[in-house]
Amino acid sequence: MSLEIFWMQLFSGVSYTAILLLMSLGLAIVFGLMGVINMAHGELMALGAYVTFMVANVFLKIFPDSIDIYILFAIPAAFLVTFFFGMFLEWAVVRWFYNRPLDTLLATWGLSLILQQTYRTVFGPQEVTIPLASWLDGAIEPFTGVQLPLNRIFIIVLTLLVAIGVYLLFFKTRMGLQVRAITQNRAISETVGINTRKVDMYTFALGSGLAGIAGSVFTMIGSTNPGTGQLYIVDTFIVVVFGGVASIMGTALSSFIIAQLQTTFEFMTTSSYAKVLLMLIVVIILYFRPNGLFSPKVRS
Amino acid sequence: MPKDFLRKSWWVNFAIIFCFLLLLPVISPSFRVPLYGKYLSFAFVALGIVLSWGYCGILSLGQGIFFGIGAYSLAMFLKLEASSPELPDFMVWSSVEQLPLAWEPFHSLAFTLICILVLPVLLAFPFTYMIFKKRVSGVYFSILTLALSLTLTVLIIGSQGGTGGANGITDFSTLQGWDVASDEARIRMYFLMLGLLAVCAVIVQYLVSSRYGKVLIAIRDREDRVRFSGYDTAWIKAATLSVSCVLASIGGAMFVLFTGLITPQLVGAVASVEMIVYAAFGGRTSVLGAVFAAFAVGWLKSALSEEFPQGWLFFLGGLFLLVTAVLPQGLAGLTGLFERKPANESDAK
Repeated sequence: MSLEIFWMQLFSGVSYTAILLLMSLGLAIVFGLMGVINMAHGELMALGAYVTFMVANVFLKIFPDSIDIYILFAIPAAFLVTFFFGMFLEWAVVRWFYNRPLDTLLATWGLSLILQQTYRTVFGPQEVTIPLASWLDGAIEPFTGVQLPLNRIFIIVLTLLVAIGVYLLFFKTRMGLQVRAITQNRAISETVGINTRKVDMYTFALGSGLAGIAGSVFTMIGSTNPGTGQLYIVDTFIVVVFGGVASIMGTALSSFIIAQLQTTFEFMTTSSYAKVLLMLIVVIILYFRPNGLFSPKVRS
Repeated sequence: MPKDFLRKSWWVNFAIIFCFLLLLPVISPSFRVPLYGKYLSFAFVALGIVLSWGYCGILSLGQGIFFGIGAYSLAMFLKLEASSPELPDFMVWSSVEQLPLAWEPFHSLAFTLICILVLPVLLAFPFTYMIFKKRVSGVYFSILTLALSLTLTVLIIGSQGGTGGANGITDFSTLQGWDVASDEARIRMYFLMLGLLAVCAVIVQYLVSSRYGKVLIAIRDREDRVRFSGYDTAWIKAATLSVSCVLASIGGAMFVLFTGLITPQLVGAVASVEMIVYAAFGGRTSVLGAVFAAFAVGWLKSALSEEFPQGWLFFLGGLFLLVTAVLPQGLAGLTGLFERKPANESDAK
């Protein structure tokens, strides 16, 4: 393998890591910290993508001159819309299912079907695409023969920022402390005066908001259709389970491992065999470490 | 004979449902019969889910895999018979020159039947036994099986030449020289299948009302206590799931007989989760509810897709929410007509 190919492979692995991490951070929070299986997570990503699509269209119609910066508005908009929608979902559906994980799985699956059909009715069944901003179109060439696309670099930087933000939120703020306390022991947290209802609601909303950001970023590398969310949901769950639930660091490392394996296998075989090989490896590793790679050592 | 199994009310309901299904082909136009057959092929799957999920608490989202094993085995056999001595048409299109080795044994009907009935056990039992031994359970098991059924779809689509890819396998003509596509043959098959379904329903009902069924309920409710009492719960769970997988595989084979096609979408992750709703809607611990719900949901699907194509997913999504939020015992809990006994009453004791 020549050096150029090596660098390109590594880069595509890293950029895939960023995408996987962005997708699974929200899920790691909702599933890992709250123990809620949210099968509609993919549809929340699709919602973020559709919000981005609408923001881009607003820019096209009203401020055609500044279309290049729409993404800077679309990402916060996607975050806010999915954040509040997540809050609504938690209030309307999810809170009735705490402590019934299997029922949560089925109920949120039902929710995801309803959302999919809603997107299909509102936006039509065909794919929507958004033109890439001109300053993200292109690539930098650090060495001859090695091209790094700008939009991928943007995604990597954004993911880093989001991951650092989530880290700070969970380990340096009062709310983060409360969430971690609830994760460790819900009953005792309640006894010491944490409003677990409120924290649950905000945690779920935050997880949804992160899904919205992921969806928004997705529009830069692919098109969106009503079924987009369903394509990614299983991969996202695998990343979280593989990394070890309740461990955000684990999710980050597992995104990296899965992304590198996937891109390497894809390079060596076809993409469908890559997926099968990857799944086999994940199952084998999960067999030896049923709680994921980086599970914290606590008594359950 | 266990007392629950001999209960009169169950047998009365059993007779009502199967008489209704028996009369259906008589009172409806013959072109509907294959559709009824298709709906009822999911009843086999639902029976398995009642056993493994309703009674044993294992929510496998990989039932589509086993549905696919049954369906693809029979489809391969029928395809070989339909196209022999030539190669199946889709192989020619993907320029496969020689019949793949894995296809060779499917010239024999006996091998195909063994595949449908035994292969699910050979695959499911060792794998799930190992997994359950490691005490992977609950949602982790569900997600793992969901991932596996997704992988299978990817694999089938990826190997176009051997499986027909995304288009699946279709265009069958005869089974051992018997024209399976004609109306008359399909009506005859419908009655055969109904007999088989009745036998399966009685077997499952026997299983869940026997001592073994009591152990399953105990595992579902407090697995650790059953383990402390000296039972090998992993073995019991794996065996239960294997039975459930065989039922799914039979359902798959029936599906191919009545629809004349199988595609990867029908065995994938989405289809696998959809199969759960049949059991959940009927009542997850109700054997007869599962049969009835598989038929009812299938019928509703056709009716709704004809009338309002937009409505089906809303309806299905709503159904998932309904059966989890307000009707955890499904139709059986609603009417009290079907079987509902073990679930709640054992909790109350």
